[in-house]
Amino acid sequence: MLYRETGQFKTTYAADQQIFPIRQDRIAIGLLLAVAFLGVPLVADQYWLSAILIPFLIFALATLGLNILTGYAGQLSLGSAAFMAVGAFGAYNFILRLDMPIIPAFLLGGLCAATVGILFGLPSLRIKGFYLAVATLAAQFFVVWGLTKFGWFSNYSSSGVITAQDMEIFGFPIDSPVSKYLLTLTIVSLLALMAKNMVRSNTGRSWMAVRDMDVAAEVIGIPLMKTKLLAFAVSSFYCGVAGALAAYCYLGTVEPDYFTLDLSFKILFMVIVGGVGSILGSFFGAAFIILLPIFLNIVLHPLFGLFGIDISTAIVSNMELMIFGGLIIFFLAVEPHGLARLWQIGKEKLRIWPFPH
Amino acid sequence: MEFFFEVLIGGLLSGVMYSLVALGFVLIYKASGVFNFAQGAMVYFAALTFAGFVDMGAPLPVAFVGAFVSMIVLGILTERVVLRPLVNQPQITLFMATIGLAFFIEGLAQIVWGASTRRIDLGITDEPIPYILDRFNMVVSTFDLIAAVIAGALVAVLAAFFQYTKIGRALRAVADDHQAALSIGIPLQHIWAIIWTVAGFVALVAGMLWGARNGAQFALTFVALKALPVLILGGFTSILGAIVGGLIIGSTEKLAEVYIGPMVGGGIENWFPYVLALFFLLVRPEGLFGEKHIDRV
Repeated sequence: MLYRETGQFKTTYAADQQIFPIRQDRIAIGLLLAVAFLGVPLVADQYWLSAILIPFLIFALATLGLNILTGYAGQLSLGSAAFMAVGAFGAYNFILRLDMPIIPAFLLGGLCAATVGILFGLPSLRIKGFYLAVATLAAQFFVVWGLTKFGWFSNYSSSGVITAQDMEIFGFPIDSPVSKYLLTLTIVSLLALMAKNMVRSNTGRSWMAVRDMDVAAEVIGIPLMKTKLLAFAVSSFYCGVAGALAAYCYLGTVEPDYFTLDLSFKILFMVIVGGVGSILGSFFGAAFIILLPIFLNIVLHPLFGLFGIDISTAIVSNMELMIFGGLIIFFLAVEPHGLARLWQIGKEKLRIWPFPH
Repeated sequence: MEFFFEVLIGGLLSGVMYSLVALGFVLIYKASGVFNFAQGAMVYFAALTFAGFVDMGAPLPVAFVGAFVSMIVLGILTERVVLRPLVNQPQITLFMATIGLAFFIEGLAQIVWGASTRRIDLGITDEPIPYILDRFNMVVSTFDLIAAVIAGALVAVLAAFFQYTKIGRALRAVADDHQAALSIGIPLQHIWAIIWTVAGFVALVAGMLWGARNGAQFALTFVALKALPVLILGGFTSILGAIVGGLIIGSTEKLAEVYIGPMVGGGIENWFPYVLALFFLLVRPEGLFGEKHIDRV
């Protein structure tokens, strides 16, 4: 039962194409899911659920969305937060005006975000790199402005704040942290599975071809327009659903100003730290960026207390900025493929253990 | 009609400010191909440092030199710590690294100088020039005019520096082709340190002028983001483009705010430049004065 493919024979095409070719991986992921679905709700308290685990899952989903666009299709976007906002406000309006069940409303909210994403993705057909970054900045500012200025989106509440309606699925109320956690977890795992399958199929391969060199991709017959716009649509859909989940399962009340440029950057950082072009990396990145401030808060205060310096929260939050920035540079310089790459190296090591030659 | 011209001139003058920030972007992009997202943070840092020295009681020239020295240190450190390990990486990686750098500088500036807004007083009055007020019945502030003159002078100095000095020639050589420049013995690392220092200087001038107008505050970093559409309009590699783009963005955003704004509820100044740049990209992706880029497989 060593961790390697040798001895694990594949006799069917289905076996050859499975996501986790190594048995130990399958067992590990099964265990992880079992713990996440059954173990965590029993053990975790309210703080853990609503302050750490739910935001982690939601941001992992948004990161996944951006990773599809930036990591796989190679189109840099600084507007992820705007697409999240579209998803959140879309879902709110579908529930408010059409009295929809929540799951279809979330999905339709995501589709709204996808539409907006396609619209702002159109320039990507002519431009790339940081030119595109500026185009997505337009989305970022325009969407937040539109949601604030046009009261219709927020049902004419003051300053555009929306309050999530009560949720229920088939009569089960979703009001406790545990039920919200389970809802988020289900949606995120399904969408993650979908993403994994997308990137290892035809779709994902054409995205990667476009990323590596779009002219070459066009020459070998990949339709650029379709591929790029599909990447924008799928990415914005993921961000949109993440936004809807953020509004309904995490925050409860949310205003357009929550979805600022800073949030977009945060998601971009999650992508970079976790690993550009990696599904698993999106989860690592989200966990890292969510946990870092909490960790710093716990560590920095006693550390400075040791030297008799009392530091204010302002300094801690500024140090957080510096550490974030420093980490980004560090990761780009030392490990451009992020935490996911470290994980992979670990797996390679494990694969040849105990005989490294 | 007078009102139109007043808005137009106000817009043009604020466009000068955008140009100043955009100039810093262009300098670095020309010399190293790095799209320096941290230019806005550098403007903020420079303004805060300058204001900080003034608040500590230093006279204006001393504060200016002090802030300039800290920008030099920042420039050299950036070259050492950020650019050198990332040599030969794709441009997009460098771009993301400068986003990290921007966060780092913003955090650093606020730890060193505090997050509160600091006033900068350059001793220039911000009042309408009486002559123009009487003659044409338009409000044009002395400060804006002086800012425009300073910006013009800065551009002239930079153009001369690029054209007539030995370092300037080296800079242009590096901008043209890194490897060719290296092979004829131009030290890349020095050139990069110099160019970041020059960009730091431009950031300092921009920071002082912006700061004198609005105070040295965190919002400066957002204003600096407006330099991005300016660059798109003007092209990434053209100093002239930065100036023209700045003027276009400044004037159109003010005109749009005044004439289109009321129809949709105002506040469009925040996104109008970006959307303008977006449409511009669709028509002319390389900008007004940029070099056309041809892809080869």
